[in-house]
Amino acid sequence: MLASARSRPAPIDPVWESNPFRPVRSVPRWIIACATAIAALSLLPLLFVVGVTLGTPLGTIAGLLLRGRIAELLVNTGLLVALAVPLCVVVGAGLAWVTERTDLPGRKVWSVLAVAPLAIPAFVQSYAWTSLIPGLHGLWAAVFLSVIAYFPFVFLPTAAALRRLSPDVEEVAASLGLPPRAVFMRVVVPHLAPATAAGGLLVGLHLLAEYGLYAMLRFDTFTTAIFDQFQSSYNGPAANMMASVLIVLSLILLGMAARIGRHGRLARVGPGATRAAPRNRGKWTLILATLLPLTATVCALVVPLLTVFRWLALGDPAAWGLWRIASTLENTVLLGCIGATIAVVAALPVSWLSARMRGSLVRVMEGASYTAAALPGIVVALGLVTISLALVPSMYQTFATLLLAYLVLFLPRALAGLRTGFAQVPPELEWVAASLGIRPGTVFRKITLRLAAPSLAAAAALVFLAIVNELTATLLLAPIGTRTLATQFWALTGELDYAAAAPFAAVMIALSLPLSALLYWQSFRAAGR
Amino acid sequence: MLHSTLPKRLLSALGFIVAVAAIANHAASAQTLVVYNAQHESLTQAWADAFTRDTGIKVALRNGGDSELANQIVLEGAASPADVFLTENSPAMALVEGAGLFAPVAGATLAQVPPQLRPSSGKWVGIAARATVFVYRKGAFAADQLPLSLSDLAKAGWKGRWGASPAGADFQAIVSAYLLLNGEAATLDWLKAMKSNSVAFRGNGNVMRAVNSGQVDAGVIYHYYPFVDQAKTGDNSRNISLHYFKHRDAGAFVSISGGGVLASSKNAEAAQSFLRWITGKAGQEILRTGDSFEYAVGVGAASHPNLTPLSELEPPIVDPTRLNSRKVVELMTAAGLI
Repeated sequence: MLASARSRPAPIDPVWESNPFRPVRSVPRWIIACATAIAALSLLPLLFVVGVTLGTPLGTIAGLLLRGRIAELLVNTGLLVALAVPLCVVVGAGLAWVTERTDLPGRKVWSVLAVAPLAIPAFVQSYAWTSLIPGLHGLWAAVFLSVIAYFPFVFLPTAAALRRLSPDVEEVAASLGLPPRAVFMRVVVPHLAPATAAGGLLVGLHLLAEYGLYAMLRFDTFTTAIFDQFQSSYNGPAANMMASVLIVLSLILLGMAARIGRHGRLARVGPGATRAAPRNRGKWTLILATLLPLTATVCALVVPLLTVFRWLALGDPAAWGLWRIASTLENTVLLGCIGATIAVVAALPVSWLSARMRGSLVRVMEGASYTAAALPGIVVALGLVTISLALVPSMYQTFATLLLAYLVLFLPRALAGLRTGFAQVPPELEWVAASLGIRPGTVFRKITLRLAAPSLAAAAALVFLAIVNELTATLLLAPIGTRTLATQFWALTGELDYAAAAPFAAVMIALSLPLSALLYWQSFRAAGR
Repeated sequence: MLHSTLPKRLLSALGFIVAVAAIANHAASAQTLVVYNAQHESLTQAWADAFTRDTGIKVALRNGGDSELANQIVLEGAASPADVFLTENSPAMALVEGAGLFAPVAGATLAQVPPQLRPSSGKWVGIAARATVFVYRKGAFAADQLPLSLSDLAKAGWKGRWGASPAGADFQAIVSAYLLLNGEAATLDWLKAMKSNSVAFRGNGNVMRAVNSGQVDAGVIYHYYPFVDQAKTGDNSRNISLHYFKHRDAGAFVSISGGGVLASSKNAEAAQSFLRWITGKAGQEILRTGDSFEYAVGVGAASHPNLTPLSELEPPIVDPTRLNSRKVVELMTAAGLI
């Protein structure tokens, strides 16, 4: 039933190669054209940065790049990613294992709690933790907060993949004489690797682009330094130079993830996991299994929620301005819904191609959108400001430009979700339908899209959450007078009015929680149960 | 069936919403005064609300920092949607003035502000003021241990003992005064010493919090932070004392928050009346009674009673139009501070 489960990218399957219905041949040109256009669009800000860099005299470039500050930032950013991403993978995948494969009491609750931190913006995490421990700063603080803010990105796809993985496969491998360790390494790991790697890649890219989290921790990365330059000179050459370095860093990250993420066939015909996997029982496993989700929940949920409530209690409810909260909420929801829809629709062609086609074109398209998204919101926004002012002034400071920025920034979130979804739709079903004379559009709608629907919803929810939490691009691009919960929260914390900022944090969390729940539910529904 | 109709309905609904939002947005921008606001949002909002009450003219704010908005206006040039620009500090005003983008401020408005609190060029006007202050943890210094000058903080004994927010326009305004008073070479030396001596925070509020919680002994910020905090919960300023450098030292710099009307404004008349209103009685009264704790600058206007009077601060005398923010950024970049 399941063809190959190799641990590294293997030569193309001969059966696949000789298959006359191989979908590579049947991909309509217009899908490729759409995908290319979308990838090109998301490259716009990146091309702007490269253009500025190329247009800068070499002497200036050297002066701006070959200085102590850049080395400092390189070390900081490099160490941050090298430490926080593996830790996120350990925590996220560990939690997935604990909640899916042990008989931990209340594992469903723990599983929900492991997704819930998605609802708390990273800058609210650092606002909470620096309120609790005012001296918190430096590399280790940054690593710690990065892990608690971002581990759900690894947990969610890994847990979903784990639940989808039918125990039959492992049992078949075991019945063929593989010891448990080997079953784990050769069957389980390869099945989880694409999902976990996609999650890890998202975490890495987010760390490169994160601003609010580190701004409060006195930890300088390229992104915080770019923001400093932006504040000092809006769109100077120094900021663009640092952005160029950031692009190189994200390319390195992408290259590493590409090595892990590509595997043989993972699709299966059938309803998902035929039954629940047997769960590990053992006292020590159980104790360890309780400690991990408990710690994660306390750090990533209890502390920030308590801080927000503390500030709510300290503040004066009469001064909150319910009308203002309501109008920012409305703006946020509107932008989130439209932005999420656009991102998911735009992600359809690229992700479908990436699940159905091999070759450098797809990889380039995918890489393009990932690289563009590694740029901090501020760089994307500055690029779009300059481009819109120069080429289409009527787009300047309109919702359209802001939504375009969201598309550029959050397309990878949609892509990551959809690609896994499409990869798990067996192409045979599409071929069978096609062989019965059904038009390709209908096949896509009735079979592919339907089977991938849960991941579609999950992708939309992920993008919505990202938009709710987005700060820097919104600050720059939002039409005059438009405020979101995040920008309002940031403005108030900037004025040190933590009590007045608290209701906005609370509303952000309240708005995001049901979406995290939806995300949770949809991810696991994909497992067929 | 459900699968094919639901997304369509959703899409058309969303399309409708976008259209309505776009129209509403367009309609709003037709008759509204657009203010690029780098001042505290709550202060400008209070001004705008009261102004709208008095005149019926609607005001929309675009909020940001001094330097970023100033540079943005320069980038936008004649296409700028802004009618009025308000800042926290003078260098950002000087930048826009230098680009030739301001229309002259009406004489009646200039007459409401004493000459030392506005540039001689008359291209913009002071709307409020803020004083540099040395904040320190209560008990960390005896009276004779306090620094006499901002320059003292470059000395070896101060290593690791003081914090600031070098990326912020506030601190950069103080540096611009230092540059004007002491020259480029001395400023670069001082900034290099600062790189090794000081602890960098983001935002003056965070500097104050760090002093308050004992992470550093002292910080260089503006005067109003502790007052604002005391008016709220007081959580971040319980252990704070203030020390003003005075004696015309660069560290006694009083930064003039500016307001100007863009030459490209299509609402020039309303824009001028907004500026006249802010610098007039009603606008300056909001500084005295509100919770911004910035100094009032109007002729005869009183500041909040809790503040040390502006007349006692002995600030250095600088022409605000000569404060050079771009040079400051260049020097601070060279010193590795940003």
